[in-house]
Amino acid sequence: MTTGAPLVVRNLHVSIDDKEILKGLDLEVKPGEIHAIMGPNGAGKTTLGFALMGHPRYEVTEGTVMLGDQNVLEMEVSDRAKAGLFLAFQYPFEISGVTVANFLRQAVNAVRGEEISVWDFQEMLSEKMKLLEMDESFAGRYLNEGFSGGEKKRNEMLQMALLEPRFAILDETDSGLDIDALKVVAKAVNSLRGPDFGAIVITHYHRILDHIKPDVVHVLMDGRIVKTGGPELALEIEKKGYDWIKAELGIVDEAAEAGVK
Amino acid sequence: MVSQPRDIVGEYKYGFRDPENYVFKSDKGLTREIVESISRFKNEPEWMREIRLKAFEVFHAKPMPTWGVDLSAIDFQNIHYFVRATDRQGRSWDEVPEEIKRTFDRLGIPEAERKFLAGVSAQYESEVVYHNIRKDLEAQGVLFCDMDTAVREYPDIVKEYFGTVVPMTDNKFAALNTAVWSGGSFIYVPPGVTVEIPLQAYFRINTENMGQFERTLIIVDEGANVHYVEGCTAPIYSTDSLHAAVVEIIVKKGGRCRYTTIQNWSTNVYNLVTKRAVAYDDAVMEWVDGNIGSKVTMKYPAIYLMGPGARGDVISIAVASKGMIQDAGAKIYHFAPDTSSRITSKSISRDSGNTTYRGHILVEPQAERAKVKVECDALIFDDYSESHTIPYMDIKNQNVAIEHEATVSKVSEEQLFYLMSRGLSEEQALTMIVMGFIEPFAKELPMEYAVELNRLIEMEMEGSVG
Repeated sequence: MTTGAPLVVRNLHVSIDDKEILKGLDLEVKPGEIHAIMGPNGAGKTTLGFALMGHPRYEVTEGTVMLGDQNVLEMEVSDRAKAGLFLAFQYPFEISGVTVANFLRQAVNAVRGEEISVWDFQEMLSEKMKLLEMDESFAGRYLNEGFSGGEKKRNEMLQMALLEPRFAILDETDSGLDIDALKVVAKAVNSLRGPDFGAIVITHYHRILDHIKPDVVHVLMDGRIVKTGGPELALEIEKKGYDWIKAELGIVDEAAEAGVK
Repeated sequence: MVSQPRDIVGEYKYGFRDPENYVFKSDKGLTREIVESISRFKNEPEWMREIRLKAFEVFHAKPMPTWGVDLSAIDFQNIHYFVRATDRQGRSWDEVPEEIKRTFDRLGIPEAERKFLAGVSAQYESEVVYHNIRKDLEAQGVLFCDMDTAVREYPDIVKEYFGTVVPMTDNKFAALNTAVWSGGSFIYVPPGVTVEIPLQAYFRINTENMGQFERTLIIVDEGANVHYVEGCTAPIYSTDSLHAAVVEIIVKKGGRCRYTTIQNWSTNVYNLVTKRAVAYDDAVMEWVDGNIGSKVTMKYPAIYLMGPGARGDVISIAVASKGMIQDAGAKIYHFAPDTSSRITSKSISRDSGNTTYRGHILVEPQAERAKVKVECDALIFDDYSESHTIPYMDIKNQNVAIEHEATVSKVSEEQLFYLMSRGLSEEQALTMIVMGFIEPFAKELPMEYAVELNRLIEMEMEGSVG
């Protein structure tokens, strides 16, 4: 693949159990850019993350997702990860009996396509854990088992920091976090920030965007990007909510989507 | 009755070739003459011959078990009950199924060991290692040999304990084993001696270890400690269809014994094993039991807690794939006060496999303050596979602490998606979930076994993705 290739989503339609959630979403993220996606509950924010990563229950009925010249929609989930996509889960799953360290090493090996030596891995792991202010004992715990909400999010960020994706999608990673944890999340994203890293930060709140400065802010409503602007758009939403955008665009059927994430 | 070896030539397909180097295979089916000739071939003392003949009668009198798995397909008259080891050796490597050869390959098992496991060779490269270990053990007074040798060299000990833990009348297959047993291990650890390294059946250069009816007897004297590891995670290739072993263990006051085995029989084998241990005052008995292969396994390692303070642990896994039934569990009987037991059972059913946890806990009235903990977890891969939990508990004392937990979980799409989103293939993700599930078992294994188990599970998961 060509370096510096953008992630381009065109006219994406996604259904779950025959119910259409995304209804023609367009989005283009270039390497080096951070895009924030904001929107009310039920707008389809989580659906976008799952659809891009290839969750089997999220059926793409129309549209394209390209990573440079690679057709993402034709790729297996694991191949998407290898191509450089990463999704930080809002609700990560527990895998009993598998330690964080063991899981991370296998993930790093899989994404890199080569075995990293145990020694090199250990070094890399402790460096990243230090960055994210995590205690060493964390590596020996079973994956997400008995983790607090904050620990789960931190663990997602640790994975992102180790896998060094080209494009990361953060699905409400900030929700439920206190300010210190929020800063750690921002640190993880900012540490990867550079010409080879792009991110889509899905959030309800402006708060995280104080720490991760977005280049572009989108508003997702009723399965589409309905408004795009600079960082000032996030501030405006924080102050005024979404109703003014609905009024501006004449969106009325929003309530029907409520409850579907 | 036949008194001369020559006289029985007519009874056998091959008869004798050379008194020093015979190849011998009994005709199919079981007769009194076959039982007698097995004893004669082994040059056994009269008392053992009598035990066998009596067991032969019991075998005929006993009905087939009416519970558990349907065993009616077993045709006792269509089995060779005695195959001289040298015949196994003579079997050719070419006859071993490709599937099993490939598994050896990928487990990285050395050539010599592969042949041993496949039953086509008796030899194993560690001859020197073996001799050194044996010298150390001998210096400590530890006896470790095959059961046939033990009958000849240590008749007093064998006579004292043989059949005391698993009497021939216990069940039809215990009777069968007692009548036709061949091979198996004999271990005696003197008082206060701790055997530092796990004793492994491999170290014993003995073709008869591969027998279908092996008989193992372990005596751990007061304050002694031993860990015995039997078999291997590699598939044991068998042309025979019935494996009925008996294992008897006696752990005396303050002694400790751990018995670890992972059976991976080829999928044409009925694996019906009676394993039982008695633990006296403050003794500890641990069964670590893995069941990955076979067509049908019925195996419930048992511990009788005979003396105050005795403890029994059974930790097991069972993996059932297509066409397999794993009916496994544990039996622990509390006969004395302050005894404790713990059962941890993990089962995995996939591709229409069928697992059952069948457990029996008995707490007798005199077992004051007994503690019991039973935990059985089942993991099911798909809608075609089955898992059952049958935990019997007979508690006859009120002053006891009983805990029982059972869980059944299904590999979820969400877990798989989560792992795959980190670059793992579906097979790698499944393997990771399974290894995590059986982690409590794997961590009890000696290092090299844990590694081998890991690779074996990886292989099991291959082709599990549709």
